[in-house]
Amino acid sequence: MSADSGDRFERHRWLYRTMFTIRTVEERLARSFMAGLIHGACHTYVGEEAVAAGVCAGLTDDDAVFSTHRGHGHALAKGVSPDALIAELYGRETGISHGRGGSMHLFAPEIGLMGTSGIVGPCILQAAGAGYSARLLGNGSVGVAFFGDGAVGNGAFHEGLNLAAIYDLPVLFVCENNLYATEVPFSHASKNPDVASRAANYGIPGIGVDGNDVLAVHEAAIEALRRARAGEGPTLIEAKTYRTRPHAEGMGLTGVYRTEEEVAEWREKDPISRFRRRILSDETMTASDLDRIEADVRAEVEEAEKEAAASPWPDGGTADRHVYRETV
Amino acid sequence: MTEKTFTEAAREALSEAMDADPAIFVVGEGAGERGGNFETTAGLYEKHGPLRLCDTPICERGFIGMCTGAAMTGARPVVDFMFTDFILDGLGELINQTSKMQYMSNGRLKMPMVLRGCIGIGHSAATHHSGSYYPFFVHIPGFRVALPSNPADAKGLLATALRSEDPVFFMEHRHLLNLKGPVPDGEHRVPFGQAAVVREGTDATVVALTVMVHHAFQVAEELSGEGISLEIIDPRTVAPLDADTILASVRKTGRLLIVDETFMPCGIGAEISARVTEHGFDELDAPIKRLNGSHVPTPYSPSLEQAVVPDRASIEEAVRELLAE
Ligand SMILES: Cc1ncc(C[n+]2csc(CCOP(=O)(O)OP(=O)(O)O)c2C)c(N)n1
Ligand SMILES: [Mg+2]
Repeated sequence: MSADSGDRFERHRWLYRTMFTIRTVEERLARSFMAGLIHGACHTYVGEEAVAAGVCAGLTDDDAVFSTHRGHGHALAKGVSPDALIAELYGRETGISHGRGGSMHLFAPEIGLMGTSGIVGPCILQAAGAGYSARLLGNGSVGVAFFGDGAVGNGAFHEGLNLAAIYDLPVLFVCENNLYATEVPFSHASKNPDVASRAANYGIPGIGVDGNDVLAVHEAAIEALRRARAGEGPTLIEAKTYRTRPHAEGMGLTGVYRTEEEVAEWREKDPISRFRRRILSDETMTASDLDRIEADVRAEVEEAEKEAAASPWPDGGTADRHVYRETV
Repeated sequence: MTEKTFTEAAREALSEAMDADPAIFVVGEGAGERGGNFETTAGLYEKHGPLRLCDTPICERGFIGMCTGAAMTGARPVVDFMFTDFILDGLGELINQTSKMQYMSNGRLKMPMVLRGCIGIGHSAATHHSGSYYPFFVHIPGFRVALPSNPADAKGLLATALRSEDPVFFMEHRHLLNLKGPVPDGEHRVPFGQAAVVREGTDATVVALTVMVHHAFQVAEELSGEGISLEIIDPRTVAPLDADTILASVRKTGRLLIVDETFMPCGIGAEISARVTEHGFDELDAPIKRLNGSHVPTPYSPSLEQAVVPDRASIEEAVRELLAE
């Protein structure tokens, strides 16, 4: 195997495993939600795995990711382990935020996960801030914001892209356009159906990609990261995708606008089976290689769930810790 | 000690901190080459350049959010708001993000961020340029709030803020900016949560904030001619609040007046009053009294504007009422 094909094999393996891990964890969480093991909201990332995997495959632990309410996929792709994630949703001491956060407040700054968020918008500004730090401290890292189409009409989108553009900050703005913000179609929220073209307003490149094609996402991210690290400034990436589960667990899969047909159509475009077909036709891995990855991941996630369920609750007496850094 | 204005003293603290710590940068509209609307950064751009003295577009929410992200990733931002009124455009960022970041991350993130701006009523600035709003921030877990009343404390409190790992509001009253006073040379830090007893006395305690410290002091000087002895306390920071110093004073005087330019309902006076009642009820010889700015948007015309702010006359009247109880 040449070095190149070796790299390609490793990359494909990582991408497949990451996407399959996200899917498996999310499906496990959906069952846990029904079983009452998750105490708050749970927005899954099913159908959108290619975006987190494709982008995060280009990142190091020093690159800072700022995520959304639908952030399990970003957390896992950034390197949070399934057990730390599941335990957090279960409200346990072993959770990634030690039970202080839950689904929408997952933090692992030591590997560059700077938080999922319960508020739509601020991640865009904070990623610009990570870009500012990177320039100021000259440490070569990059800020990455993931956000939905729902954030595009928010002032944070305008202010964040403008700030990153004027200071040439090393930032990736990754819009996951899944066509709906809860139950509001993007076409009702925006006269302009396109997100990527808005980059021109800020004088930066905007790239539209098929968000269900992990290699296309990855390629766009690699180019944007190259620009960022070369001091050429921010890039806006619009990944067009779709969630094939409800907005949040416990809500309806379809509603006033989303139809059964539309969901079925997008399930046909499932990013994981699509990548599987691609790998097999490229012959980077065999079916049994892929089956082995899937079996591994399933076992890992089942084990992670068991551990989470058996983990201790945080001590209520510690609830007021970490409000301030220093005690005065 | 050198005689300096409040603004010069604060700028000295900033300049020394920027020399020592390359992670500090300042953002604001005109914070760059112009040197700040109130000369808060004058002369620093020439030394540190545009990345550390950063001019921003008019997007308060945007640059608060950006600075929050920068603080999360190893920088130490200073947001220079010009007027504190403009902070209101970024309240969601501050309260949902900046103040909660350390907690949400279980203490793994730090939030070293200084938020400074001019506060206070005066100069017919009218209601969009007269706000103080600091009681809001005292209410929120995660913030520190410093209210210097003189040049030495401006230097010392800002120096402490610039080394803090928590987000700190540093609020500068418009009537104090050109006030001159002795300022310690070299390193000078005032710890948070330590009130200053500005004047000792035995008949009543007056807790006053920012510019009201000066009014209360003058009233105390005048009344001393009548044999009235007032103790004046300047909390200097209201989050954390040094309730112990206030309680110790009330133990001595048995009477308490709190003078604050900001609104009365749910304000600093209400908080101090509640704490003294909880922990020093038996020491009180009279009901606690509060004197605040009127609970109205700030009017423009000088005659209206004067009517909504406590002044020496209204402080004196409040003191006499308190002593007559
Ligand atoms: C500022 C704010 N307003 C409203 C909400 C409630 N909310 C949560 S998710 C959501 C829809 C977000 O849509 P989008 O950004 O497209 O992300 P998606 O859920 O489609 O992934 C809304 C309105 C919120 N979290 N934050
Ligand atoms: Mg959406």
